[in-house]
Amino acid sequence: MQRTLYILLRNPMSMLGLLLVFIVVFSAIFADFIAPFPEHRGAVVDFANFNRAPEWPYIFGTDLVGRDIFSRIIYAFRISLMLGAVVLAIAVPIGVTIGLLAGYLGGWTEYFLMRLTDVFLSIPPLVLAMSIMGVLEPTLTNGMLAVTAMWWPWYTRLVYNITRSEKEEGYVLAAEVIGASRLHVMFREILPNCVPSILTKMTLDLGFVILIASSLSFLGLGVQPPTPDLGSMVAEGATYLPDSWWLTVFPGLAILVAVFGFNLVGDALREVLGTDQ
Amino acid sequence: MSAPTLRIKDLRLGFQGWSGTVEVLHGISMHIRKGERVALVGESGSGKSVTARIVLGLLQQLRSARVSGLVEFEGRDLEKLKARERSRLRGTAMSMIFQDPTSSLNPVYTIGVQFHEVLRRRHPDIRMPQAREMAIKALQDVAIPDPARALDSYSFQLSGGMNQRVMIAMALANEPSLLLADEPGTALDVTVQAQTLKLMRDLVEEHHTSVLFISHNLGVVREFADRVYVIYKGRIVEHGPAEGLFEDPRHPYTQALMRAVPRLTGGGIPEIDDVSQDYFAPLVVHEGCGEPEAVS
Amino acid sequence: MSPVLRLLAKRLVTSIIVLIGVSMLIFTIARVIPGDPARIALGPNATAEQVQNLRERLHLNEPLPVQYGHFIADLSRGDLGVSLYTNRPVTRDIAQFLPATLELILVAGLMMILIGLPLGALAARYRDTWADSLIRVVSLLGVSAPAFVWAVILMLLFAYFLPIFPIAGRISNAFSIPAVTGFLLVDTLIAGNFRAFGSALSHIILPAFALALSGIGQAARLTRSNMVETYDRPYIEMARSYGFPERRIARRYAFRPSMIPSMTIIGLDFAAMLGNAFLVEAVFAWPGLSRYGVAVILRKDLNAIVGTVLCIAALFLIVNIIVDLVTAYLNPRIRHSQRA
Repeated sequence: MQRTLYILLRNPMSMLGLLLVFIVVFSAIFADFIAPFPEHRGAVVDFANFNRAPEWPYIFGTDLVGRDIFSRIIYAFRISLMLGAVVLAIAVPIGVTIGLLAGYLGGWTEYFLMRLTDVFLSIPPLVLAMSIMGVLEPTLTNGMLAVTAMWWPWYTRLVYNITRSEKEEGYVLAAEVIGASRLHVMFREILPNCVPSILTKMTLDLGFVILIASSLSFLGLGVQPPTPDLGSMVAEGATYLPDSWWLTVFPGLAILVAVFGFNLVGDALREVLGTDQ
Repeated sequence: MSAPTLRIKDLRLGFQGWSGTVEVLHGISMHIRKGERVALVGESGSGKSVTARIVLGLLQQLRSARVSGLVEFEGRDLEKLKARERSRLRGTAMSMIFQDPTSSLNPVYTIGVQFHEVLRRRHPDIRMPQAREMAIKALQDVAIPDPARALDSYSFQLSGGMNQRVMIAMALANEPSLLLADEPGTALDVTVQAQTLKLMRDLVEEHHTSVLFISHNLGVVREFADRVYVIYKGRIVEHGPAEGLFEDPRHPYTQALMRAVPRLTGGGIPEIDDVSQDYFAPLVVHEGCGEPEAVS
Repeated sequence: MSPVLRLLAKRLVTSIIVLIGVSMLIFTIARVIPGDPARIALGPNATAEQVQNLRERLHLNEPLPVQYGHFIADLSRGDLGVSLYTNRPVTRDIAQFLPATLELILVAGLMMILIGLPLGALAARYRDTWADSLIRVVSLLGVSAPAFVWAVILMLLFAYFLPIFPIAGRISNAFSIPAVTGFLLVDTLIAGNFRAFGSALSHIILPAFALALSGIGQAARLTRSNMVETYDRPYIEMARSYGFPERRIARRYAFRPSMIPSMTIIGLDFAAMLGNAFLVEAVFAWPGLSRYGVAVILRKDLNAIVGTVLCIAALFLIVNIIVDLVTAYLNPRIRHSQRA
């Protein structure tokens, strides 16, 4: 653990990533204290100040009803991270369990579960999420549901591949010989060997969830106004290009910065933990 | 007397790390005369493999490597050569065979294609049909049945022993003056290894090729080499003729190595002390051996 | 039967099974919704009777498996139903919009391969130098933003601030080209109209590049890491020991074996572009299937949703099959294996 931290801190790129992630997480948690206009996260209108270019105190400018974009971006981070955390908290256990079952039990279970996984995997992720969202009311909860539904298969694939190769290893055969239950072998023997890969993927996924969620809301299928969301902010501003460029550029850059940070950290983790995809 | 094929004098190698330089070779000296077969024997980590790569000039491409000392090939100081001239020697005047024959051959190209590439080193304009002819002859020399079919195969389709012979054929195809053999046959079955080595010995005798044979296995070396250098932790500790060294190992480390060779005549697998101060005893040279001075 | 054909056959069978699964999934999702699609389609002013009639016609009152049965029956006749959005057969809608999206994806895919792969190879060859670091950072940036962010940035930079490229659409309105393949780049050449070709080309570059950036980044990163691994392999050392020039090693010896593990992911990326095309088509007003798809999803147009998703899933599977075939071509071990 110490060695991990040491290596992470030596590499300039991973330090940058940690910094970016820290900024995002910090502002999300302490949004109420950092945002200059905390009330702007809601349905506030201030037509006197609407559509202003970036200048003090609106450092990223204001949107079409006068809300400070900087403040809204910070609150949008909070929403995105929450979404990511919830999605992963549900999708990962489901995906990992299915992967373990399919990889270890084999036979018809394996065939059925993996074909099921294939079905979900063969619809491009965004399309699947969109279809689900399209038939449900576009709310934050439903957005989380849709993204979760498309997320678990990736963990299934990952864990399935590892399980299949670990199945033949000595420690597994040893446990079986002593009479350990199949549940025990799966969760107490094989699973710990999957943990580094799972953790790396989860870090990278936090960034990807932000990416996918913002894509969904860009299309109008995610979070609804007045809740601030990076994707919908870009969508709103897109029609006012190029004049009110700050409406789209800053939320867009915010997405880029956040995801970039998570990717840097995930990459560094991958090098350190020596996992391959 | 003409210059020896290879002359190494006081070769030192270190790797530059964050916490300073790690010394791997502490000033070794060796020579190989024309047509001689010389073995460099030691355990893993002794520095024997890096020595071969220094001769080829491959190791120096690593940025952290610090090499000093004299490496002379047929009278020419290799370190003074320009990179292009040095690389021209590879594959033509000196060639190398490796430990694991199957993974040393490119898995996505046929043997024939790879042989053609090798032959092009000596004959840059050679076309496929002539290259094929030459390759078939070379493969016949290493006793490969149905050489034409072997040429059209991939390395994973041939057995380890066959791949080893293919490698030997490739290495000798351009008539090099020096063959570097890095633990050849180690990845093979013992009987296959013995056959292959015998084949190799006959071939290099025929072509008067000098050989630097690197190994950790004294038994194998005895069959093959004329002279032996024993290396321990980056220092040559004993140097003598093959038979002489075996009959009369004088350095404590050599003696320990000899004891480690499992014998058929009972006694089981002997113990060898991992590290002993005795192993750092100074160099022992048998009579009649010794490093030649510079031929200027 | 040659191993490659056997592979192909197995893939086709699996794909069909998966496609059936997809159809069931989408069908179920599309039908199990709150709200009444008939009412939505007819609008708030329709009478209860009209709604009922429509529901009868769309079989909406029957049990789900029966509805699915009707669906399969229709599908086998090539009938995907009528879109409540365009009031045309869904098949016709797809035929009209699909080529635009396909063209976009193909150009983006080409960019991904022609830019991403060489970049990765360069980064691997000059490993740990400034060139390598630069390429790695740029690649990571590429994958770190959704396609619509890149679309917006590219549009701002190269269509507004530096007006090099046009802002929207597939081709300038000045041209009217008879549709042969539906691919403007091809049709303009068939019509012999080079200025129209130029116009179509300049219209497609920005959206394709925005779409491709993520794939380029991914391809570059993957190629780099695979080639770095390959460079450590014994056969590369052997090649160097024979004095093969470094450039030759990079191009011939190291490249092909590296591509094999990359292929699957590259195929996945290519297919992911199918999904991301939505985002780019929205920004650049590209009249493709994705824009159609978004519209029908927002309107809960069941037939169109099912038809579009099936179409996209089928494309996805086809791409995967092609990727498998290319991998088999690259990897002799697959071609010569005794068991597929």
